[in-house]
Amino acid sequence: MDWSTVQLWVGALLTLMIFSFLYKDNPFYKFAEHLFVGVSAAYWMVQGFWQQIVPNLLAKLAPGSFENIIEAARGQQPELVYIIPLILGLILLTRLIPSIAWFSRWSMAFIIGYTAGSNLTRYLVSDFIKQVEKTLALPLVATHADNWLQWIMYSVSNLVVFGGVICGLIYFYFSKEHTGAFGRASRAGIWVLMVAFGASFGYTVMARISLLIGRLEFLGSWIRSFI
Amino acid sequence: MGFLEALGRLDRRWIFLLIAVSVTIPLLLQRPAPVKPSPIVRNLYTAIDALPPGSKLLLSLDYGPSTVPENDPMAHAIARHALSKDLKLYVMTIWATGPPLITNLFETVIVPGFPGKTYGEDYLNLGYKVGNQGLIQSLTSDFRNQYTQDVGWGDIAARPVGQIPMMSTIRTIKDFDFIAGIGSGQPGLKEWVQFAGDPTGTPVGGGVTAVEAPLLYPYYPTQLVGLLGGLAGAAEYEALLVENHPEFGEAAQVALIRMFPQTVAHLVIVSFVLLGNISYFAQRGRRRK
Repeated sequence: MDWSTVQLWVGALLTLMIFSFLYKDNPFYKFAEHLFVGVSAAYWMVQGFWQQIVPNLLAKLAPGSFENIIEAARGQQPELVYIIPLILGLILLTRLIPSIAWFSRWSMAFIIGYTAGSNLTRYLVSDFIKQVEKTLALPLVATHADNWLQWIMYSVSNLVVFGGVICGLIYFYFSKEHTGAFGRASRAGIWVLMVAFGASFGYTVMARISLLIGRLEFLGSWIRSFI
Repeated sequence: MGFLEALGRLDRRWIFLLIAVSVTIPLLLQRPAPVKPSPIVRNLYTAIDALPPGSKLLLSLDYGPSTVPENDPMAHAIARHALSKDLKLYVMTIWATGPPLITNLFETVIVPGFPGKTYGEDYLNLGYKVGNQGLIQSLTSDFRNQYTQDVGWGDIAARPVGQIPMMSTIRTIKDFDFIAGIGSGQPGLKEWVQFAGDPTGTPVGGGVTAVEAPLLYPYYPTQLVGLLGGLAGAAEYEALLVENHPEFGEAAQVALIRMFPQTVAHLVIVSFVLLGNISYFAQRGRRRK
């Protein structure tokens, strides 16, 4: 039995163990679930070490010691500025020692500060300003189309986007009572949200069936290997 | 107990079984589903197709084995398309689970499908780096600071970027002509739009799992050139590819073949939704009487 056959059998048996949950919870499912969590954690740690810490930190601090592993380190001079991330990384591990665990907050503060700062600007530009800009620039009547049917479809599409945004915003505006025309627009906003949720659910169903197809294809190749 | 009441109390395991049967039988037939490409997919295809030979396309495989059935057909179709147009293909990942997927892409698509292409001159494996969107952001100012060397592939050892012909003109992300992200979560295509496409103006397109697709639609068409939403999106791209490159044959129709069981399963689910509602309203009507 060669190595690929062993891989195929392990994969197939673990798939069946996970599928067994569809009947009811059982020890085989629990075993496969725990194995997955353990293997995933180890895999991510090893990848992080060899793909990032070794080439982008250790090889830059001590290139001579790593030139047999990292070709790019050959002939390079140590870059001492990388001592800063090394220290920040090490003090992050002080969380494992309760008496000095508070040290790790410095690294956490750096991580959170950097992430919050960079995300804030990017989200503000990409998810807010550009979206508002696009909605405001949307023509209510299509400006170009190949034929009249396409023109009608594009225009209706633009009106739905425009009306949907307005009604959706009105639904989330709570400083005025939702009565009269304002209330009707708010109720239309609920419909817009429901349609969006329905579309998301439909897509989710498609995603789950796709994964089932992938697993059944794999089980098919496993069955074909011994018949 | 009438039929409709029995239907309302049906053990969900019967539904699981029926779904399994509805997927298995069409899958055994291995028949491609008829698919009509939508404008959002056609735009992505046209944008990549319009790139002149020698253009640099960065393909980032940001997903894991759990979504391979959806994401692999997208990645493979875009790689086939890029190499058939003589584009330079740079493959990377910001997911730790990505490296084996890159190896699989090389083994199953590039090497057997494009024997005339050379590693390091036509396609390159940049491997995985941690850092999520922070990594993408740093690539906009200095690509080589993060990628000091490639990862190599098969018997080809890793080399410093200075020795790789394909890397001679790459300094920042702006040096790429197109970024194609294939993702299944965070970080993924959304982060490529936010942290690479929007700040640098480099065109971004790609594909995501169906679960994530509704979150990406608002970026189309100004921030996102085109989008492959789930298996259906992948199948639409494959349909365009096979139409224009019949030489790829059945190997390039993976998603198209998967769409047939997908369609049958959807019909079964829709039937159950309808029957469930009929059962509910019928029972409610009886209670009112």
